[in-house]
Amino acid sequence: MAKRIDVADLNIYYDKTLAVQDVSLSIEPRSVTALIGPSGCGKSTFLRSLNRMHELIPRARVEGKVMVDGQDLYAPDVDPVTVRSHIGMVFQRPNPFPTMSIYDNVAAGIKLNAKRMPKSELDDIVERSLRQANLWDEVADRLHKPGSGLSGGQQQRLCIARAIAVQPDILLMDEPCSALDPISTQKIEDLIGELKADYTIVIVTHNMQQAARVSDVTGFFNLRGVGQPGHLVEIGDTATIFSAPSNKATEDYISGRFG
Amino acid sequence: MPVSERTSRSRVRAGDRVFAGLSTGAGALILAVLAGVATFLLVEAWPAVVAPSADIPGGQGITVYIWPLLFGTVLSAVLALLIAAPLAVAIALFITHYAPRRLAQGLGYLIDLLAAVPSIVYGLWGLAVLAPATVEASTWLYQNLGWIPLFAGPPSSTGRTMLVAALVLAVMVLPIITAVVREAFLQTPRLHEEAALALGATHWEMIRMTVLPFGRSAIIGASMLGLGRALGETMAVAMVLSVSGGVSINLISRSNPSTIAANIALDFPESTGIAVNTLIASGLVLFAVTLAVNMLARVVINRRRDFSGAN
Repeated sequence: MAKRIDVADLNIYYDKTLAVQDVSLSIEPRSVTALIGPSGCGKSTFLRSLNRMHELIPRARVEGKVMVDGQDLYAPDVDPVTVRSHIGMVFQRPNPFPTMSIYDNVAAGIKLNAKRMPKSELDDIVERSLRQANLWDEVADRLHKPGSGLSGGQQQRLCIARAIAVQPDILLMDEPCSALDPISTQKIEDLIGELKADYTIVIVTHNMQQAARVSDVTGFFNLRGVGQPGHLVEIGDTATIFSAPSNKATEDYISGRFG
Repeated sequence: MPVSERTSRSRVRAGDRVFAGLSTGAGALILAVLAGVATFLLVEAWPAVVAPSADIPGGQGITVYIWPLLFGTVLSAVLALLIAAPLAVAIALFITHYAPRRLAQGLGYLIDLLAAVPSIVYGLWGLAVLAPATVEASTWLYQNLGWIPLFAGPPSSTGRTMLVAALVLAVMVLPIITAVVREAFLQTPRLHEEAALALGATHWEMIRMTVLPFGRSAIIGASMLGLGRALGETMAVAMVLSVSGGVSINLISRSNPSTIAANIALDFPESTGIAVNTLIASGLVLFAVTLAVNMLARVVINRRRDFSGAN
């Protein structure tokens, strides 16, 4: 279950371009860490390096270490497929599999892990995941209808149910509410607060109020200048970052002076 | 200025009207040509339909004449499809999801190039290269799998068999199917592929979860377009297939049913009178079958919009 993350001197490259420079941070288990910063500062890239999704872009690579409970994700004998099955991800736009039913969407990850299990056990996991995602009551009577028929907010909670069905160690969220209305957003934020009890959550957001509401720790990413790599300016207790940031750039950003 | 505004607007309207007229005309022209062809076939086929059985070539009536041809047509086309469709899906997958970009582009052009080879060249290739090359394989099939009716033999010594005709047809329909399927695979939303990968899917699992379901109706539709092409193919079959008439599913012997199109091409120059009408009647049957297959393909391809998932 929930594990800690230690990142040391991480540099992320796309081919020869350095995209994110020298990130070092530690994330406690069962906490919510929000990453904020202006567009293009590398927070999403950094997030995707935590489950090796950025490698899908040809010639992307990293230097440095990402340790999850002491295990280096980039050690030569580590298979990215295994990494991704232990570190769940929720994307900016809801992306349930359109050709699958709600039930099959939630069960997809379990079927992938090739665990043969009795139907009743799978039913239980699907129900538990949907309940954890606060979606069960809304879909219980139409589990075998396509997931694309749900509203945007429901689809995003379905994606969260899909991600937590395999009981990952860590849950990564890449601007999970940016395509949702305020009410759906609030439901997701409440959900994040509940999921914190079981998972280590890292969330990228453009919404500073959201970061302030949901996170325990906030990290601020910024660019040194145009064409320069992104870097982590500071990271700390959310209350401190929003009330008394130690860096001028952080203060300017959270007070809305730029970005 | 209200006046100049009005003139400019009415000028746009005139252009719109001209363009609408042109495109409507083009659409109507297609229908007119289709109707013209159908009328010609019906009118010219009619004498053969009403003629006494004894006057039809073969002397046993038009149904007995056309049935083996229709059988040969459908057999060769379906067989070609069974070979080409899985291959086309595999090629499309390789081009869209496995090959390095530069290789994928080159391969794509190459496949398209296959469509540009004239069918007579395929006929020559089938006759001179492929047919002799398959003799040994058909002998092996006959000796080892002869209990399957498809390989009942005895194997042809020239290789001009239904199997070779189907192989040549398969190569000919491959580019159509590949092109349509490749386009569909390319349109698989990146978002869904990432969803699968983020769940811990391997590359192949991701393809099975997102790319194949997404492209399913395109695969069906493309296959039927390919079937339509294989049904109507004339020269290659006429050159490759050694024909004896009759109905047989034996793929490797020297006696095969001909196909409608190949039969017309071979017999038309020597036919007169009611024999010509009989050939045209067979052409009418082919026209109807091909039209039905193509319309079905359109229906399937259009239906994919409803659950394309590009949401």
